[in-house]
Order: sequence, then C-alpha cells, then structure tokens
Amino acid sequence: MDSILNFLINNKEAIFIIVLSVFLGFEVISNVPSVLHTPLMSGANAISGVIIIGGIILVGHASTSFEWIFGILALFLATLNVAGGYVVTDRMLEMFKKKKK
Amino acid sequence: MTALILLNSVLPVTFVLEYSYLLAAIMFVIGLKLQSHPETARRGNLWAAAGMILPMITTFLFHRNPNGDAISLVNGMVVVLTIAAGGVIGAVMARKVKMTAMPQMVSFFNATGGAASAIVALIEFTKNPDQAVLVGLLGLIIGTIAFSGSMIAYGKLDGKVGDIFSKYMTWVNLLFMLILVVITVLILFGGYSLETRTYLVYGLLAMSLIYGVSFVMPIGGADMPVVISLLNSLTGIAAAMAGFIYQNEAMILGGILVGAAGTILTIQMCKAMNRSLLNVIIGSFGGGGAASNKEIGIIKEVSLSDAAVLLSYSSKVVIVPGYGLAVAQAQHLCHELEKLIEEKGGEVKYAIHPVAGRMPGHMNVLLAEADVSYDKLIEMDDINPEMPNTDVVLVIGANDVVNPAALDDASSPIYGMPIIKTHEAKNVIVMKRGMGKGYAAIENYLFYEPKTRMLFGNAKDSLQKLVTEIKTL
Repeated sequence: MDSILNFLINNKEAIFIIVLSVFLGFEVISNVPSVLHTPLMSGANAISGVIIIGGIILVGHASTSFEWIFGILALFLATLNVAGGYVVTDRMLEMFKKKKK
Repeated sequence: MTALILLNSVLPVTFVLEYSYLLAAIMFVIGLKLQSHPETARRGNLWAAAGMILPMITTFLFHRNPNGDAISLVNGMVVVLTIAAGGVIGAVMARKVKMTAMPQMVSFFNATGGAASAIVALIEFTKNPDQAVLVGLLGLIIGTIAFSGSMIAYGKLDGKVGDIFSKYMTWVNLLFMLILVVITVLILFGGYSLETRTYLVYGLLAMSLIYGVSFVMPIGGADMPVVISLLNSLTGIAAAMAGFIYQNEAMILGGILVGAAGTILTIQMCKAMNRSLLNVIIGSFGGGGAASNKEIGIIKEVSLSDAAVLLSYSSKVVIVPGYGLAVAQAQHLCHELEKLIEEKGGEVKYAIHPVAGRMPGHMNVLLAEADVSYDKLIEMDDINPEMPNTDVVLVIGANDVVNPAALDDASSPIYGMPIIKTHEAKNVIVMKRGMGKGYAAIENYLFYEPKTRMLFGNAKDSLQKLVTEIKTL
C-alpha cells in the first residue's frame, strides 16, 4: 500500500499528463469521417513510434553488450515504425488531394 | 568543479530538451486534429512527422544520463547509423507496398513499434530492477502483446496464417491472462531475490508473446480492422509506459494520445458493425449459427448487354464497392465505368459502408488511388435516403453490408448491423464471383429480390466486359 502511495506522489506530473492526454486524445479524434479512419489509424500508428526517443536514449548511453545489441534492435524497429508509418500515411493521404474541386 | 559544469551545462540543456518535448506534444495534437479533415489531412501528417523529428534531434543533442554525461561520439554515431538504416528500409517498404496490402503494412509497423517498447522496458528493468517496476512490467507486457498480436494480424491479412475457431480459445485466453496477472503480482510483491525476479520477467515476456498470438488467432477477417486498431492503441500505451520509466513527456503524451485515439477509433468501428468490443474478442462471427428458414426466391442472372444498356440509360447510378472489388484490383476499371456512364449523362456516386474493404476508410483509399474524386464517395447514412430515387445500384463484391436480413430478420447473426439499403433502389445488379456466401456465411435476401439481377464472374473481368460493352453502344 505504501509503495502505491509513494508511486502516486513521486509521479504526480506524469500521472497528470496521462490523465489529461487521455481526454485530449478522445476529443481530438471524435467526429472523424469514416473516409479517414484508415489513414488516421496509420498516422496514429506512426506517432506510437515515439518510443524511438527511448531507443535514442538507450543506444546513446549503452555500455554493456546486452544494452548495445538490444538497444540497437529497439532503435531500429522503432525507426521502421516511424519512417514507414509516416510514409504510408502520406501515400494514403496523397490520394485525397487529387481531383479536388 | 563538477558541480560547476553540472550547473552550466545541465540546467539550460534540460530546459531546452523539456520544452522541445512540449513543442513536440503540441505538434502531435495539431497533426492529429488536422488529420480529421480530408482537406488538411496530409498537412496534419507532416505536422506529426515534424513533431517526431524535433524531439529526436533535441534528445540526441541534449540528453544527459543521471551522471550528467552527454551522448558520446561513438554512441552517437551508432544512433545515427541505426536510424539511417531503419529510416531507409522503413520508407522503402512503405513506398513499395501495394495499396490493397496497406492494412497488413500498418499492422507490421505496429508490430515493430510494440517490439521496440517491449525491448526498452526489458533493458530498463535489467538496469534498474527496483525503479518504476509496475510501469516497466506493463510496458513489457503490452508492448509484447502488441508485437505478437500484430504479427499474427499481419500474417492473417496477408493470407499466411489461418483462423483457429474454437470455443475453448476464450477459456484458454482467460487462463493466459490470469497467468500474466499472477506473474506480475509475484514480481511486484513476492519479495523474491533479484535472480528469481529476473527469471519471472522472462517468463512474463514469453507468456505475453503467447498471449498476443492466442488473442488474435481466433478472430476472423471481418473483425480484423477492430483488432488492428486495438493493437495500435496498445502500442501507444506501451510507448507511454516506457516514457514513464524515463519521465519523458514526449513519449508519455504521444503514447497516451495514440492509446486514446486508437480506443475511440476501435469503438467507432465496432459501432459501425453493431458489435460490442467484447463480442469481437470472444465470439467468432456467424459461422454456423441461426439457420433462418425464410422462404427464398429465385436467382436471376443478367446478360452483359442488358446490364450495359441499363447502366448507360440511367440518370442516377450508385456503386456499392466491397472487398471483392479490392481483391480483384478492379478499382481502376470501376472508375472507367463511372466516367463512361457520366459521358452518357448519368450521375454516379459511390456508397461506402463504414466497414467496406478491410479497414474503415480502406475502400476510400483504394478508390482514391484510381483517381475517383472523393466527393463522389458518399457515406452510408447520407446515401440511404437517396436510394428510392436511384435507378440502378451496382453492387461489386459486397455482400453482408447490403443484406436486408440485417434490418428485418431478428434470427440473423447480422441482425441490427447498419446496411446500405440497396433493396430500396429501382434496379439492383450484383457482381459476384459465384453463389458463395459473404464473410458472415449467411444467405443474402437481396439476391432473391425480384428487381435484383446477378452478373457472375471475377469483378475485374466482368467490369472489363461491361466497359467494352458500353463503349460499343
């Protein structure tokens, strides 16, 4: 019980951010025409590649071989997610621009 | 001396770093918001991309470990090389993939993101086994499930993995979930030695991998979009958990935003199919079930020339594209047909069911690829009132989404699912490969309506013949 309380006290800011961003996420996404659901899913997927920051921190300070190997793997996979995600989304959305009246 | 350097370098640097994270978070929000409208969507994606590049650069330049050390030259070079390799490979994969294979691609990228989160959480656990344990474990579990689940979803959409339908799967999955909870509790509160706990963490990793597989395995094609969306939000949450370990605002906010957005999207998709999320996860669609014994009429076929004449002399035509169109890659021909009818003076619209194709909006993307103007793509609720005034409805490779049983047959497994009311139009032509049933494996009464006529054959061949036929008229 104590540890849970400590956790809540020590991570106050992070918890604030999480709770408020949940509401922000709901608000931002509601009322999207279903035309855009797939591109939006893909765009959101690209943003979830934000774990790439963690990858940079890991590899940036890696010292043991365990950290090196898995850090590079994580960074590589996260970069795939980010680069691929944005490019795929852009390709989908590119098509909506054509032949606009 | 050390204190002085710390004061000089660490303070302003962390200041810049953290405010860059705030800026990045704002860019994510603006990006997502802009992506909610067709006109601004592409710009929104660029905002989101810029919001990713900014914290990458500032983290690379300004991040300090707890000792105040910056990223060294060697480590920095490895970071740059890894990102360069991943960036090039990811971009090439995304450029090369066919538009019809888009859902698999998204699923694959989702898997890599989940795996990255899981690995980061795992390494952080080995570094500081006592710090922020719960969020670390959650990051590991959720990221791993997102990884293995997305890989299975990718395999299924790509036709590499089959479905396993079994009523026992629900119980097996519940058991697996229970095991995950038990292991987590043991690690947190068991008071075991570090060595035992490390073993337990690897056990947790293995169990999460298995659970991701068994969770997605029984879910069938029609429900796939819902699962991918769900896994997408899991990846976001996993990234946020990893961000929690680093107290990194950009990761927390970006991850949670995706988690919340993905959840909303998942719920919207479920609503479109009139299914609850629980139903998707536990029950398999249709299958045997409900053998309705409603009196069925006779199927009538239509000849190509009759269909061609009917289409060229109609003033209002609505095309209902379905998965069959996507599979046959016939979207370009469909657009050609549309242009031909318009040259003859008819008006053509496309009726898009929320779950047409393999993901919501997938059909729009496919048609847009074939240069169909997006203001011709009308959503179900907007096109339904126009149906009684429509001369011809052309159903191409769609089935369950035009089945009137959803409206009036309470015993039907799809009862209650909103449909495109094609049966209210004056004439209906259904292009279909054969008399096979739709994904829900149930009889479609539309086909037996007196005004319905069938044009059997592969959608691409039939459309090609139809186009040629109309040209000769």
